[in-house]
Amino acid sequence: MPMTTERKLSLRPSATFPQHVLDEIHRAADQGIYEIRGFGAKRSLPTFDDLVFLGASMSRYALEGYREKCATDVVMGTRHAKKPIELKIPITIAGMSFGALGANAKEAIGRAATAMGTSTTTGDGGMTEEERQSSKTLVYQVLPSRYGLNPDDIRRADALEIVVGQGAKPGGGGMLLGHKVTERVAGMRDLPVDIDQRSACRHPDWTGPDDLAIKIQELREITDWEIPIYIKIGATRVSYDVALAVKSGADVIVVDGMQGGTAATQDVFIEHVGIPTLPAVRMAVEALQELGMHRKVQLIVSGGIRSGADVAKALALGADAVSIGSAAMVALGCNRSVYLEDYEALGTAPGYCHHCHTGRCPVGITTHDAELEERLQPEQGARRLRNYLTTMVLEIQTLARACGKSHVLNLEPEDLAALTIEAAAMAKVPLAGTDWIPGNNK
Amino acid sequence: MKVFDLNTDSVRALNQYLHDSPSGNLSVTNPAGRHCIACGIDDAVEVSIDGHVGYYCAGMNKTAQITIGGNAGPGVAENIMSGSVRIKGNASQSAGASGRGGTLVIEGDASARCGISMKGVDIVVAGSVGHLSAFMAQKGRLVVCGDAGDFLGDSIYEACIYVRGKVGELGADCIEKEMTAAHVHGLEDLLVATGVAANADDFRRYGSARKLYNFDIDHADDY
Ligand SMILES: Cc1cc2nc3c(=O)[nH]c(=O)nc-3n(C[C@H](O)[C@H](O)[C@H](O)COP(=O)(O)O)c2cc1C
Ligand code: SF4
Repeated sequence: MPMTTERKLSLRPSATFPQHVLDEIHRAADQGIYEIRGFGAKRSLPTFDDLVFLGASMSRYALEGYREKCATDVVMGTRHAKKPIELKIPITIAGMSFGALGANAKEAIGRAATAMGTSTTTGDGGMTEEERQSSKTLVYQVLPSRYGLNPDDIRRADALEIVVGQGAKPGGGGMLLGHKVTERVAGMRDLPVDIDQRSACRHPDWTGPDDLAIKIQELREITDWEIPIYIKIGATRVSYDVALAVKSGADVIVVDGMQGGTAATQDVFIEHVGIPTLPAVRMAVEALQELGMHRKVQLIVSGGIRSGADVAKALALGADAVSIGSAAMVALGCNRSVYLEDYEALGTAPGYCHHCHTGRCPVGITTHDAELEERLQPEQGARRLRNYLTTMVLEIQTLARACGKSHVLNLEPEDLAALTIEAAAMAKVPLAGTDWIPGNNK
Repeated sequence: MKVFDLNTDSVRALNQYLHDSPSGNLSVTNPAGRHCIACGIDDAVEVSIDGHVGYYCAGMNKTAQITIGGNAGPGVAENIMSGSVRIKGNASQSAGASGRGGTLVIEGDASARCGISMKGVDIVVAGSVGHLSAFMAQKGRLVVCGDAGDFLGDSIYEACIYVRGKVGELGADCIEKEMTAAHVHGLEDLLVATGVAANADDFRRYGSARKLYNFDIDHADDY
């Protein structure tokens, strides 16, 4: 026996072929298809955690917590729309398709967003009655697939979001595997039931930004110029894309970093395409500033936002609001330690689950199975998401007050320092304890 | 008949009128290739456009009958829901893109991607269509009285394509299918209803081989 223990201690894993790489090669050899999965990038990336706030002390004046006002309201779509969207908090709910999510999850999200005075967003698959009814402010996505798109829903939307790309898969289209293409989902998308559905990655009726400008004109004409038009891009060549989105006439630009969640995408896409949210925010803000459009065209940032601290840092870098997908699902119970046997049946465990693509979500969020969906009651789910959003807002206010700001949008890059050289270079804020911003030659 | 002269009236004023309370017939003169003319109508009006139009004319049309006297730019009748759109001349690319119902008739030729992502519309082209027509077409019928360019019906779902002339290379998963009596009768009715003079017996039918509906390692070359 002592021999065996000694032997184990001397086992050396390969850095080139760690266990997850070995597992993936074995899986690929078994199945002959790339891995498709949900959730966002799992690899470690530079994040907002690599930044810290420089709270007030002698040279800055802090605000009293709870007593002195720290406003959180933001307005989206002031550039062209007759009816811009007024949000009470700078956190919106990202587009997640009915199909990827079940109807209960959609309803829970709508109710929570409404209670918090913020917006929620449809997704690839059209607008459901449940989400329209439960959401006071609903952003309607116009995607390359155009599934379910119709002028009636356009007219009852509060804003339109033209999806050019998504952080989890810039350059890729949507996916919904056969077991989630139920009769209702298939009917909304005009597709046969049970097929492995892959959405287009390019829009059918425009190609470049010049066409897109005319497409936006059409959508404005159809809606009589009343509602804002957003453009959502996956973070890659952010400086150019943001400039072109402004030129195309967007009221609001959504930039989704590579950490952004998904319900079903090739793992190779999730982990290897796009840039992290941290540099994406700064690049987007600089592009807007160069055009004199910062704060005139609003910027929403998403991809890996988890806490009030993340939101406050995104705002300090110049975003007008953030959007959350995965974190909202987690608040609803995603990856929670319950129904362990159902996680196990999927070959996973709480804390590791990324199995939204299977349609067998153990906590009833990304499923259409009646028995599983029962586990997520819209009212309870809404309560949990509200609690989470409320906590985040309190956290943002705490940080903003500590920096002496009476409105969360008054946070600025000056309030930040970076803990790593990478973060300093990407966010263009000085490395803590220095005035050094790598790459800044001025 | 109410007349909008786009040399003096704006497209915005025209569309607002069409959205507010249109009644009877309407004539649009001097369109001069302007974009987004008569889009988003939700009323059973008749609109006659006297000339050429730019992008997205008659986009998302519901119930209106729209006639375009000249040629049409990209995305004509995109996402049409119902009603009919008739083009006397030729249409640029993506005609009837993602159309979900109603009828689109093109008396001339249509360029590339005609009927791309169509979801239920009937499109009848008296002339020929360009490459990648009916790309990812989900539902509805595309009828081509002339020839069809390469990659016809690439990644097609349940839409039905009829072509009378020559067909270039077929797109992935698109195959020629049997023209049954039911198909001939259905096509005949459509040709009569749209007033396009052609004999339904002269057409061949194309549709999905359904090999790409669910991932199969043995079909990997088709992806
Ligand atoms: C379950 C799920 C479904 C999604 N569906 C869509 C969609 O239909 N359209 C879209 O633009 N983005 C979709 N996304 C991406 C989100 O809109 C958003 O960009 C992303 O979730 C933000 O990153 P986060 O998840 O880290 O918050 C989806 C994300 C998830 C988690
Ligand atoms: S718990 Fe459900 S929502 Fe969360 S990753 Fe697993 S399947 Fe997806």
